[in-house]
Amino acid sequence: MSPLARRFCGQGAAPGFAHGPLVLMAEPRDTAAGPQAGDPGDRLQAALHAAVDALRALQARVRDEPARSILEFQLEFLSDPLLLESAAEALDGGADAAAAWCAAMDPMVADFASAGDDYFRERVTDLQDMRARVLAALAGVDSGPLRLPPEAILVADDLPPSRFLATDWQSGQAVVLRSGSPSSHLALLARARQVPMVVGLAALPPQPACRDALVDGAAGILVLDPDADERAAHGRRRAHWAQAHARSAARVAGPARTAAGEPVQVLVNVACAADLAGVQVAHCDGIGLVRTELLFAHGPPDEPTQLAAYRRLLHWAAGRPVTIRTLDAGADKPVPGLTPRAETNPFLGQRGVRLSLAHPVRFAEQLRALLRAAAEGDVRILLPMVTEPDEVRRVRALLDSAAATLRARSEPCGPVRLGMMVEVPAAALAVDAFEVDFLSIGSNDLLQYLMAAARDNATVSALADARHPAFTRLLGSIVSQARACGLPLSLCGDLAAQPEAVPLLLAAGLRTLSVPPAALGAVKAAIAAWPGGTDAQAG
Amino acid sequence: MAEHGSTLLRNAGGLHARPVVALTKVARSFPARVQIAADAAGPWIDAGSVVQVMRMKLPAGARLHVRAEGGEAAAAVAAVIALVDNGFAGAPT
Repeated sequence: MSPLARRFCGQGAAPGFAHGPLVLMAEPRDTAAGPQAGDPGDRLQAALHAAVDALRALQARVRDEPARSILEFQLEFLSDPLLLESAAEALDGGADAAAAWCAAMDPMVADFASAGDDYFRERVTDLQDMRARVLAALAGVDSGPLRLPPEAILVADDLPPSRFLATDWQSGQAVVLRSGSPSSHLALLARARQVPMVVGLAALPPQPACRDALVDGAAGILVLDPDADERAAHGRRRAHWAQAHARSAARVAGPARTAAGEPVQVLVNVACAADLAGVQVAHCDGIGLVRTELLFAHGPPDEPTQLAAYRRLLHWAAGRPVTIRTLDAGADKPVPGLTPRAETNPFLGQRGVRLSLAHPVRFAEQLRALLRAAAEGDVRILLPMVTEPDEVRRVRALLDSAAATLRARSEPCGPVRLGMMVEVPAAALAVDAFEVDFLSIGSNDLLQYLMAAARDNATVSALADARHPAFTRLLGSIVSQARACGLPLSLCGDLAAQPEAVPLLLAAGLRTLSVPPAALGAVKAAIAAWPGGTDAQAG
Repeated sequence: MAEHGSTLLRNAGGLHARPVVALTKVARSFPARVQIAADAAGPWIDAGSVVQVMRMKLPAGARLHVRAEGGEAAAAVAAVIALVDNGFAGAPT
């Protein structure tokens, strides 16, 4: 075979490398083998029960999202009595159990396959997964875990998510599919379980004959019968990737320490509890920033709705601090019915705490929810876009009156600390003027306001460079002011999540960073690699 | 007497897998018979049936009509609407 005929380019769905034998998955067949005894309706019902039992057993072993949601959807779907009713007509017409099941499922599969919406087209995979599982149960065929030899590269048209979840994947194995999409649930599952996966290999023949093959799951490449050069290149890329991966993965679970052994607090930034799926609380020092804008995306939520959302985060944090920023609406984050329209310059307009103070009734609702949440955990309230000390005083007054309201209602509420974002240059230069309990630098806004350059405007974004001496001096000044006032200081902007920017922040004296959960490993690795020491320290 | 309400589906994806499971669970947690529809004129379907709710394929931005009859009907309608308005965040797990 020519080199080109051995090389197949699909789409990378899960990164990682594999080198081993191709194993073809037996594709499911629709008809059960041979005549079947017993009433077809009873047999279908029994097969549905068997499918539900198998999914339930699988669900008991699965803890992470989206795996749980996928299995729960299938469980609930197969438990719906309506399915048997849909099959009843075919059964009455004399169909056997398998044909009746297909008669119930196929119109739905076709309906969803032709949907214009990606979310609904994606359900075809689930429907076919369930269709195949019940057919396999009817035929007495195993649809349980795949048993693959070590380093096997599984080849299939598509792979049902439930079958992928049931299989005990070993390091070195991989999956290549003729269909599929990198945005599918299956791809998400493969990434979460670190099984390299390539999808969309439509040109791969039905029975590819080869001794062994190479998979590059990030590049989306499959090479059959690789020659010596291809093996060597693959080995080098694999070793390099494994090293980088191991550095980050090994760090995520460990404490964050500089090369000199100095501890650094690393917390996570989230918008909602879903962002914490798969994240272990032991891998961080708490939640350093909760953005509440998502809660307000469709207009202001009421107090109980907010309380429920905050409680979920506190429950996850299990006693660690949870810093919740009050609504930071305005500018690039409008909220219907709340943010002013037609401001000529919204980034310099009524946003953050300015907007909250202009709507004291709404704001009091959020403060009450936060105070009630604080009865169940370590809540710290963070105010965005603070410019003047008087703004903090006005929030304290509202907080006191919210606490009085709750006491009058006999609602339990807890103590909270009140802190502010340092993101307006005027506040950054006079941090000591504010009566707050802690500070958190919002590097995105601070940098763009300092440099008068928007990060999302490609013609000027190069000006918003964190390495500019004006910015590093300002950082150093905030650190020393915070230290002089004895105020804990953290940084929760995008800068903290960029491993290459971490040395700059540590050198400025910062010792608390808050980053997106996905960046925990890389940021801890960057901290561990930082050799320096500093005189000025904060937080 | 039947209780009615309606709201807009604002979560990304509309009534897809996870929201369907959440909605049907909430609907089944009330003694009332809860039904939903894409149009106030119907057809109304059983809000407790995963298969039926899924088959609506109600996309993001669509209006969801809710009605309930029987015990705690008003609370049932309110709970379904609150779930939708909350972007299905308060869904029981």
